[in-house]
Amino acid sequence: MPSTLIDADSIMAVDVGSCTTRATLFDVVEGNYRFIAIGQAPSTASAPFNNVEEGVVRAIDNLQEITGRTFLSTENKLIIPSQNGSGIDNLVATISAGPALKTIIVGLLNDVSLQSANRLARSTYARVVESIGVNDRRNPEEQIDSLLHLEPDLVLMAGGTDGGATSSVQKINDILGLACYLLPPDKRPSVLFAGNQAVSAEVSNSLKTLTSSFHTSPNIRPALDVEDLRPASRELADVYVQIRKNQLGGVQDLFSIAGGNLLPTAYAEGRLIRFMSKAYRSKKGLLGIDIGASASTIAAGFNGDLSLGVYPHFGLGEGLSNILRHTSLDNIVRWIPMDLPVNYVRDYIYHKSIYPNTIPATLEDMAVEQALTRQALRLAMSAINKEFPVNVKRSSPGGLPYFEPVLVSGSAITNAPTVGQGLMMILDSIQPVGITTVIFDQNHLLPAIGVAAGHSSMLPVQILESGAFQGVATVIAPVSNSQVGTPILRGRLVTKDGNETRFEIKQGTLDLIPLAVEETGRLYLEPLQHSDVGFGPGRSGDVSVNGTLLGLVIDARGRPLQLSMEDGHRQEMLKKWIWTLGG
Amino acid sequence: MLASIVHILPLTTIRRERLLPVPGRVVAKLDQKVSPVDVVAETNLGQKHLLVDVARSLGISADKADALIQCKTGERITTNQLIAQKPGLGLQVVRSPDDGRVVAVGGGQVLVEIGDSIFELRAGTPGMVTRIIPNRGVEITSNGTLVQGVWGNNRVDYGLMLMAPGLNSPVDILEAGQLDVSFRGAILLAGHCKDPHVLEVAGELPLRGLILGSISPDVLPVATQARFPIVVTDGFGLHPMNPLAYKLLITNTRREVGLNSAPYDRYSGVRPEVIIPLPVSQQLPEARNSEVFSAGQQVRICRNPNIFEIGILKDLLPGLTVFPSGLNLAAADVMLESGQKVVVPLVNLEVLG
Repeated sequence: MPSTLIDADSIMAVDVGSCTTRATLFDVVEGNYRFIAIGQAPSTASAPFNNVEEGVVRAIDNLQEITGRTFLSTENKLIIPSQNGSGIDNLVATISAGPALKTIIVGLLNDVSLQSANRLARSTYARVVESIGVNDRRNPEEQIDSLLHLEPDLVLMAGGTDGGATSSVQKINDILGLACYLLPPDKRPSVLFAGNQAVSAEVSNSLKTLTSSFHTSPNIRPALDVEDLRPASRELADVYVQIRKNQLGGVQDLFSIAGGNLLPTAYAEGRLIRFMSKAYRSKKGLLGIDIGASASTIAAGFNGDLSLGVYPHFGLGEGLSNILRHTSLDNIVRWIPMDLPVNYVRDYIYHKSIYPNTIPATLEDMAVEQALTRQALRLAMSAINKEFPVNVKRSSPGGLPYFEPVLVSGSAITNAPTVGQGLMMILDSIQPVGITTVIFDQNHLLPAIGVAAGHSSMLPVQILESGAFQGVATVIAPVSNSQVGTPILRGRLVTKDGNETRFEIKQGTLDLIPLAVEETGRLYLEPLQHSDVGFGPGRSGDVSVNGTLLGLVIDARGRPLQLSMEDGHRQEMLKKWIWTLGG
Repeated sequence: MLASIVHILPLTTIRRERLLPVPGRVVAKLDQKVSPVDVVAETNLGQKHLLVDVARSLGISADKADALIQCKTGERITTNQLIAQKPGLGLQVVRSPDDGRVVAVGGGQVLVEIGDSIFELRAGTPGMVTRIIPNRGVEITSNGTLVQGVWGNNRVDYGLMLMAPGLNSPVDILEAGQLDVSFRGAILLAGHCKDPHVLEVAGELPLRGLILGSISPDVLPVATQARFPIVVTDGFGLHPMNPLAYKLLITNTRREVGLNSAPYDRYSGVRPEVIIPLPVSQQLPEARNSEVFSAGQQVRICRNPNIFEIGILKDLLPGLTVFPSGLNLAAADVMLESGQKVVVPLVNLEVLG
């Protein structure tokens, strides 16, 4: 046993989501941290409670029932630190509950600081409602009126390279200061300044008494050709928590009990993805996906470099109707493997927006929900694909980078009626390329581990290696321009016990080769017709593979996936693919 | 498990806080009887501004300009009123370009708020003012029938509630041809609206309000802009109004009703509401705000199948139940008004209380 583990503590991670609050228990078993159990309850951030505490207590109570352990006192207070076998040693927490932050970005040039500020805003649960820059044609008073009218929760202020000109930043600062001054004190926004460091103190002096809270971070655009969002992103996580402390009852208490270890859920997920991408030193990226009621979150780590996109308008809860501003109904309906009127789908979307906690009980509603999940993730993935570093290895120019593995959270997928349906949603929406392992985080552990990592650096590694996640499939997705029906891949799978399975894959098909969870093997691949499975066009190679719930899934349906325009044919194909993965 | 609650009650005490968005003046008095359209508080929401750059106009530094500015924060100024004057041989002056109120002076600039935009806060609810909240608003209390909805277009009005002509069932579709001048000034109770033209005709009459069970999303752009309040009790798509709300409303036609079609906000708990004030002889209990699911509760089903049907929760089922969707969910037996017993996921139920 490593000496550092002798005094290791139990850790509870609480996640306050828009619909569900979870309490996850990690404890030391035989010298290593293990995921023990998770308790859940409806979130109580909204009315009539307007206080997250009730949901947290109920989630912990559920955890008590599951584990048989005692964490709450008779007064329903968390026992911390543990005493005589009751309670918990440490609490950490994440939060995504609450409406997306109404955000205004302020900067100088549209394609420089404002662009970076926009990207920074996308790293948290924010909705950018206004953008003010030096090229804005409105006069200052119109900009002030806009700020007053919108009453933002948050202003992200960037602009100016370090050592560059300061007067333009000061002008923008004056406008912002006047608007804040005119707002009633209880409606003033929080401001994060992440611009030219030479004026940081001056901006702070003029704004700190006029804002709900004022924060500074290193410049997100220290030079014209350099963008560095990481420090500002960390600060933004704190700003987000600060705003939630002001907006939602019980968050301040949760923050205190957690000793300040409270992070936005998406930030905690991103932190873990970044950590893993660095720790595993993979040549490929590492992809984390989370689709929930409040947002779709995509986190991609490339050897320690994180791209994080939080898309509240692609969440499956109260903001769902916003998806129709970004896509057509036809683009959603195309994923439904049965005949349903377009208006049924449209009504479903609006209905779900006012009843976000409800869950499909019928086959038809489930088909719509899964179609929405596909389209929401497809849109989120398309958006973030443009943000990935330019030097990452991709299957084609503008195509998706290679990832290994793909970690998936979000009960719409991980708790789908069958694991095959969950995987199908990932294959259709993300459309991974090359060879990748799809892993389901069915207990929504990623944010919990991400925030707990701040407390114990050993916990992430030990939990990730403990089998707390569900290996769903090893996906092989060749990229090829061949006609449908053309053989594009030959291969053989040799299991550890010597069994050999040979296969030939045609363009346009989806195939499954079982490899049970406890099995391992070696996969030999020979691409045909210059197809590419990640070794390069037409290049053969072999990889070792571990068994998963479904085994090897060879997705040769094409990238990007083109669905038939003919309804009947398309629906038949969708059904056939689902059945290939077990129904 | 915690239950969502929606209030559809024949007789209850209704207590609502009405607050200004920014501090202002409360004009209602304690114990004053108010209708939903009565103004209870007001404030100035002058949201247009003019920035007078004195330093630039006079070609001097901001500090020097500040010393020359002759108006003060809070002062009312008129068009052409002197704001600053630079002494010297060539007299230079800066005058106010408009009438307004000085809201900030500094940095060589003067910010003037122009145009008086008085925001009047209406009671929104018929009842009695039972508490004054200084500078912010009032609490209003009333007794009567309360029907909460799920969608509203953020308007307030008060009037006689009439049934749409030929309204035979809670799913009947309202047609433009049904609206004639006899409904002018009335609050109309109808089933479903799928045609934006209906709302245009209703606006021309004009109606004072419209209560619907369901609405087509196609109608939303026009419904949002309608000048009269629209309260949708149940949801989107062609669905019947829930039978409890329908019965309560139908039995109260030809009564004065208050409509506050405030948009539903999960976080504040504000919902669009229909309030029918009724005389009471004794103090009524207030509606409950939170409950856990238990047998005997009256519930509304919020998703297919049996959407918007009302029933009594008979039993909480042990463990998880498999539904046709393939999901395993905590569920309950619900006895519908028709006598049919159905199994419904708990998350798809709302307690009526």
